[in-house]
Amino acid sequence: MSFAFTEDQQLLAESADRFLADKYDFDARKAIRRGEDGWSREMWAAFAELGWLALPLPEEHGGLGGSTVDVAVLMERFGRHLVVEPFVATVVLGAEAIVRAGSDVQKAAILPAVAEGGMLLAFGVGEPQARFDLHRVATAARRDGGGWKLAGHKAVVLHADAADRLILSARTSGAEDDRDGITLFLVDPKADGVTLRPYPTVDGLRGAEVLLDGVSVGEADIVGGVGAGLPVIEAVIDRAMVLLSAESVGAMAETVRLTTEYLKTRVQFGQPLSSFQVLQHRLVEMLQAKEFAHALCYRAAGAMDTTDGVERARAAAGIKAEAGRAGKMIGQEAIQLHGGMGMTDEMAIGHYFKRMTMIDVQFGNAAHHLRRFATLS
Amino acid sequence: MELVLSPEDEAFRQEVRAFLKEKLPPDLANQSATGLRLGKDDHVRWQKILYEKGWVAANWPVEYGGTGWTAMQKHIFEEECAAAGAPPLIPFGLLMVAPVIMAFGNQAQKDRYLPRILRSDDWWCQGYSEPGSGSDLASLRTKAVRDGDHYVVNGQKTWTTLAQHADMMFTLVRTSDTGKRQEGISFLLIDMRSPGVTVQPITTMDGSQEINSVFLDDVRVPVENRIGEEGKGWTYAKYLLGHERTGIAGTGRSKAQLKRLKEIARTEMSGGRPLIEDPDFAQRIAQLELDLLSLESLVLRVLYAEKAGKGPGPEASFLKIKGTEVQQMLTELMMEAAGPYAMPFQPETFRDPQWNEEPAGPDYAPPLASVYFNWRKASIYGGSNEIQRNIIAKAVLGL
Repeated sequence: MSFAFTEDQQLLAESADRFLADKYDFDARKAIRRGEDGWSREMWAAFAELGWLALPLPEEHGGLGGSTVDVAVLMERFGRHLVVEPFVATVVLGAEAIVRAGSDVQKAAILPAVAEGGMLLAFGVGEPQARFDLHRVATAARRDGGGWKLAGHKAVVLHADAADRLILSARTSGAEDDRDGITLFLVDPKADGVTLRPYPTVDGLRGAEVLLDGVSVGEADIVGGVGAGLPVIEAVIDRAMVLLSAESVGAMAETVRLTTEYLKTRVQFGQPLSSFQVLQHRLVEMLQAKEFAHALCYRAAGAMDTTDGVERARAAAGIKAEAGRAGKMIGQEAIQLHGGMGMTDEMAIGHYFKRMTMIDVQFGNAAHHLRRFATLS
Repeated sequence: MELVLSPEDEAFRQEVRAFLKEKLPPDLANQSATGLRLGKDDHVRWQKILYEKGWVAANWPVEYGGTGWTAMQKHIFEEECAAAGAPPLIPFGLLMVAPVIMAFGNQAQKDRYLPRILRSDDWWCQGYSEPGSGSDLASLRTKAVRDGDHYVVNGQKTWTTLAQHADMMFTLVRTSDTGKRQEGISFLLIDMRSPGVTVQPITTMDGSQEINSVFLDDVRVPVENRIGEEGKGWTYAKYLLGHERTGIAGTGRSKAQLKRLKEIARTEMSGGRPLIEDPDFAQRIAQLELDLLSLESLVLRVLYAEKAGKGPGPEASFLKIKGTEVQQMLTELMMEAAGPYAMPFQPETFRDPQWNEEPAGPDYAPPLASVYFNWRKASIYGGSNEIQRNIIAKAVLGL
């Protein structure tokens, strides 16, 4: 049920809170980001140890069979601590595509390895001209003997620079914006013809442009059916949007908490800023936006496991729009209420603002998904 | 994001639907939803039908005649009643004073008032606000002076909703001028037929007569009509406000109104196309629908928390704020949807049940502007939305 948490979910929340409070405070995160990868392999091993990487994976492949609500509980905690490890890229996106569409061989080779922390994935479905359209795919896959050759450009692929395997969309037939004819391929990032242009993202993660120039892949590297990739991609992205929203809700909660603390301690005109009603009401509106986004987010998370098709897409579009709007409002207000201090890199608050803003940008912003929400009914 | 119901809940929904289909009198259905005004008899008639079925007091404990429903069942019931266009429950007795009597009244008061509330034998009204005491309610000055077995009450209450129908009024009065002003307030039940009670209607800008001034002039109220202890009325009033705020969200009715808004927007034309296809209007409806979904999700969470034994906390203030904002936006978009036909003022078409001439413009248009203007009250009553923000600032954020 999405309106009251189960005992297991409460236990997961408490243990995640405890672990992250202990190991992942703002200074620890700074140190992690300064490391070679921009995230911590040690932390990743700890996540695996805690069972977090296995959480949503099926039990027959080394997973714990958790629900989307379970993962949302975890993602909310990641949002509170601005976790930078490649959980979304590997577990939420990559592994989910394999769970939904992978062959038995692919599942056996990939899912247990992901659960144990031994394999990283990246999921590249965006393109430079596609903006937020998942079906606009120009990257081409052409028959080449018994296999395929890929050529094209996948845009802003989260954590591609660290991935052991890339899962990429390419067009096996049809025109650039046809819904049919899109196929998912497993690609080795070290294969001939793959060029990565890695970069840090504004909010402290890692990403890369993936350039494909005559990359050979075999029949066994196809995930799902030839030409049948789009429904898989849409299902994966719908669920990922809900989980990113859960992360954003966690960031919202922490942003409100930090801002409240700041207003209570910052003295101007001889009194704490928190004594001014004009500021109190702005803070209340931030909290209100977070509470409603939180409630809607868990409802949408519940819907991911019980609905399909248009109903599922509408739930995902709805929460993505809501989280985008709330995150932007809360972030902008938090900076304003912090005054000059809010502008500094030293304070955590700006980092929360940046993460919430980038979550809005990823997979379609609030305006895009509000429009979809209006159309999908 | 339809609610996913368990088989038991789905069966319950069907049971409620069947009941409404059979028992909701056609002349009462859809009246309030379309802006028509119901009379006292209409409301009482419907509430007595619910009473006969044992469904009038969803929120009461079973021992007092409540339903014993789960949170989800209460929600389903509200939603189905609203969808069928059933008259809204008049809250003052069933939802407001009854919980206070249950929590703080003595046995004699419970025996005397609760069964009559359950049967809708008494119509209650709420005597809180005064001309000088709105948001600053604790400054109230209506005075109750002890005289033997009675209080003699003098003062003026205002904004008293539907007092013209009322048999009883629950009232906050001042019994002491010393000490903290909250501690000088007592909670009295006043019989509206008592000598010295005068009800004077106040016409609101939409032309309706819902609210009143109530003048109290040497009204003798038996001491046995005081709830709990003298000087503790503020505590009881705060308890009541918590109950009022969860009910005030009104998601069932708002869902029904949203459906109606969409129907109107499909009928109205804009630029030669249905208004609902206008990108700007469609986006505003979508945003409203999202707000309503979020609201319903939080309402359900609060209801589930109540089931787990935690009463509605100060978070209930969020429900009041958002619930009333959603209601107001619905009335605003419906009025806008009607375009120029929002203008003709034809109150007889929706206030006079005997009226059957054609209105100027479409059938749905005449009440829309009146409802819009009337509904500006929602962010003012029940503790204005600014007062709700003060409550959250203090009680949740600790400012």
